[in-house]
Amino acid sequence: MDISGQLNQEQAVGTGARRGGLRAWLTRNDNARGYLLLSPTSIMVVLLLILPIVALIAISFMTQRGFDLDTSLTANNYQTFFNYSEKPIYITLLLRSLQMSLTATVLTIALCYPMAYFLAFHVKKHKVMWLIIITVPFWTSYLLRIFAWKVILGYDGVINSGLISLGLITEPLEFLLYNKLAVTITLAHAWIAFALLPIYVSLEKIDRSLLEAAGDLGDSPFRRFWRVTFPLSLPGTISAALLVFIPTVGDYVTPQLVGGTDGIMIGNIIRTLFGKVNNAPMGAAVSLMTMLTVTLVVCMFLGGTTVARKLLSRV
Amino acid sequence: MAATAETRTPFIKITPIGAYAAFFLFFIYAPVLLLPLFSFNDSQYVALPLKGFTTRWYVEMAAAEQLQAALFNSLKVASVVSIISTILAMLAALALTRYRVPGRAIISGTIVLPLVIPGIILGVSILVVMVQVMGVEPSLWSVGAGHLLLCTPFGMLILISRLEGFDRSLEEASLDLGENRFVTFFRVTLPLAMPGVIASVLTSFTLSFDEFILAFFLAGADPTLPVYIWSQLRFPLRLPQVLALGSIILVVSFAVIAFAEWYRRRGVQPSAKPG
Repeated sequence: MDISGQLNQEQAVGTGARRGGLRAWLTRNDNARGYLLLSPTSIMVVLLLILPIVALIAISFMTQRGFDLDTSLTANNYQTFFNYSEKPIYITLLLRSLQMSLTATVLTIALCYPMAYFLAFHVKKHKVMWLIIITVPFWTSYLLRIFAWKVILGYDGVINSGLISLGLITEPLEFLLYNKLAVTITLAHAWIAFALLPIYVSLEKIDRSLLEAAGDLGDSPFRRFWRVTFPLSLPGTISAALLVFIPTVGDYVTPQLVGGTDGIMIGNIIRTLFGKVNNAPMGAAVSLMTMLTVTLVVCMFLGGTTVARKLLSRV
Repeated sequence: MAATAETRTPFIKITPIGAYAAFFLFFIYAPVLLLPLFSFNDSQYVALPLKGFTTRWYVEMAAAEQLQAALFNSLKVASVVSIISTILAMLAALALTRYRVPGRAIISGTIVLPLVIPGIILGVSILVVMVQVMGVEPSLWSVGAGHLLLCTPFGMLILISRLEGFDRSLEEASLDLGENRFVTFFRVTLPLAMPGVIASVLTSFTLSFDEFILAFFLAGADPTLPVYIWSQLRFPLRLPQVLALGSIILVVSFAVIAFAEWYRRRGVQPSAKPG
């Protein structure tokens, strides 16, 4: 590096190049300048992400003894995690969280896709205004939005009061709140904006002449949708699915507010382990297993959609 | 966005998909509009039937010290985080768009990693480092650190798309005419990237201001607004005041978005791609 640096110094032209060592080197060396620009952000990521994850991995192999941490390494926490016959709670909650957030993801996409399609193909004017109108509700506090569903679904809630005043029921329906369905609907509502925008962008980008070509060549609107529009909108739909699925698996607020005991998810047990139970090592193990499972599901999903796209392109 | 249609079309045509759009808007607005409704309801309990109109929750909110302390904590954290994260995002975006750094895929991938890790895991991992490794008590600083990690990737993605959007030859012209890179950045790149910078600051501010789960784990004795709201949702002594504040925040956010949109339309348009 030094030798080539000195060689370059003689070839260097320009005002900054002949001044002092480091600065001259930076002026000439594009890579070094790039890395220098990246270094503050990289240091931040190392300190706040890499180091904490490493610490989380390390502590997950330790043991909590009362208020003290036994630092001798053991895989006991992971054994407890997988010991379904004695401690079924971890596996049960993880699977339930996956199932609930997958359902919420499917529901969110199903709700958003027609709306994104409407925005991309049916709205001709004021598109930005439409987008603003759709995103405004999501500028309210996330917690209050979740809480609003408790007001809608609750015992004295909007739906029950409405049905009673209409005379359709005499007693409030109790199955609306505190279950998996309530969590799923609430999650779907909370994450709509995240799903709508990527789907809309990918639909908006589709070259309209492709659609005309498909129509001219005799495809019915339905076939045209499945063979042209849908495959081309898949990238946005896939990123929408990931944007909803990943954060909702670890969601803590929604199950706590509208889930009841039936709707508790893995995030709630992580919180309990770090809080009341005061077993950070076990909490770390559960967190890591959750992260690993989410990553696995995402990889499987991405692999699956790649295959699906190949199949679709052959239809 | 030139209006080409000669006849004025109705805002929503009554088609099946138009009807769906109306349903969709109802679905996303109905829960949110309940909050301002109950903020004017004369009852301690947020439940139907409505008891009558009152503005006392707004009056009480103006005197609620804990709530205001939490609001100021959130404003402090969000302000600092939005500025620092935008600076970090700008540096990274410049490096990734203007320089050929080897290994850029891995570096940028690592920076955006917080977007694909559930927040609760980011929260506990930072908590473990602080409490178990460093022995530091959680505070507003740790909340800020967590939010910085979360906001920087958003800012970076916004700024990368902005920096890729305008004509590089403007920067080259400035360099050719003898300005150094520093001056070129402040006189050419930054003004052109300004809409992206503002979008990044606003996005980071909103994210940090509303972020709950990291703050829940990382806040110590000083709660941020969402952490305070959470305590009120579980033990609802002052919930109507929270709803009053939530309604005000909704109105203010709307004003901010409207202003940002107005500014964006007035601001420098991205130059058309050549060809």
